[in-house]
Amino acid sequence: MIVRISTESQYRLPEDDAAALNELDNEVVAAVEAGDEDRFHEVFEQMLDLVRRAGEPLDEDELAESEVILPPPDTSFVEAGAEFTGEGLIPD
Amino acid sequence: MPGMGGRMSTVIKAKINKLLDRAEDPSETLEYSYQKQMELLQNVKKGIADVVTSKKRLQLQQQKLEQQVVKLDTQARQALSQGREDLARTALERKQFAQGELQSLDQQVAELESQQASLIEKEQKLRSKIDQFRTKKEVIKAQYSAAEASVKISEAASGVGEEMADVGLAMQRALDKTEGMRARAGAMEELEAAGAFDDNLALGSGTDDIDKELHQLTSQSAVDDDLERLKAELGSGSPPQQSLEPGEREREA
Repeated sequence: MIVRISTESQYRLPEDDAAALNELDNEVVAAVEAGDEDRFHEVFEQMLDLVRRAGEPLDEDELAESEVILPPPDTSFVEAGAEFTGEGLIPD
Repeated sequence: MPGMGGRMSTVIKAKINKLLDRAEDPSETLEYSYQKQMELLQNVKKGIADVVTSKKRLQLQQQKLEQQVVKLDTQARQALSQGREDLARTALERKQFAQGELQSLDQQVAELESQQASLIEKEQKLRSKIDQFRTKKEVIKAQYSAAEASVKISEAASGVGEEMADVGLAMQRALDKTEGMRARAGAMEELEAAGAFDDNLALGSGTDDIDKELHQLTSQSAVDDDLERLKAELGSGSPPQQSLEPGEREREA
């Protein structure tokens, strides 16, 4: 699965890790909905880490569309509230 | 570039589709998207230039403040040697304030440096994708029927369109931050114009509005410490240059 971290890069992520990403995604949405800022930052960092660690960066001249686009790493809690609520980044 | 920044994949996709709907003839669509891509690349270059301009402006302010710190320290020393502790205190308050501003400027300049570097990197990446798109569009025009071409175009344009949207978002965020810094720089210039860093300490009694404001803004214990330091220095007759070293300010602040 191709994942983009907004304002950073695109990565090719193995399917197993995509499933893990989806779980973290549900948690981060739950944290935002619960208004838990610390938890949001913690889980969001884990998501970014997972993609950066397990993913392989795409070549610069590769023209591929991402299946998932994560918000910019410096997304604030307030921005997150506006961006991902409800079904989250990866709709089930 | 209004509208480029913003939300998640669905929004980005909607924008790309809109772009593709513009022309029914695939080869026209290709040329149109390529043209749009080149326009955005120009915008990115302009955005980088804006960041560089902001940085230069802040650096100029840094220099001015550094000079002020040295000057105010000298003035405090002079005032003290003439037995005017009140004036020395005012000068030191202003010095503390200037040093505080200087520290925050250092941080802002560092932040702009890193934004500049990351935007240049993104510009490079976008350029590679656009080059790739240009190659692809010629192949598509030459090899595919209209119906097939539409699909191929859509694929290629989505990839580059997403990169465009992303670099647009990065630009927007960088410029938003720069805007905040500019506002702060503007506020400082106003303070400066109002005489907060004025050389002519002797004309005030030390209790005008600016002094009251500075009194509130500066750390009194730091001013006291500074005053004690100057007294000790003057008393022991040590050379005054010691406190004028630019590297000294972090330790004092």
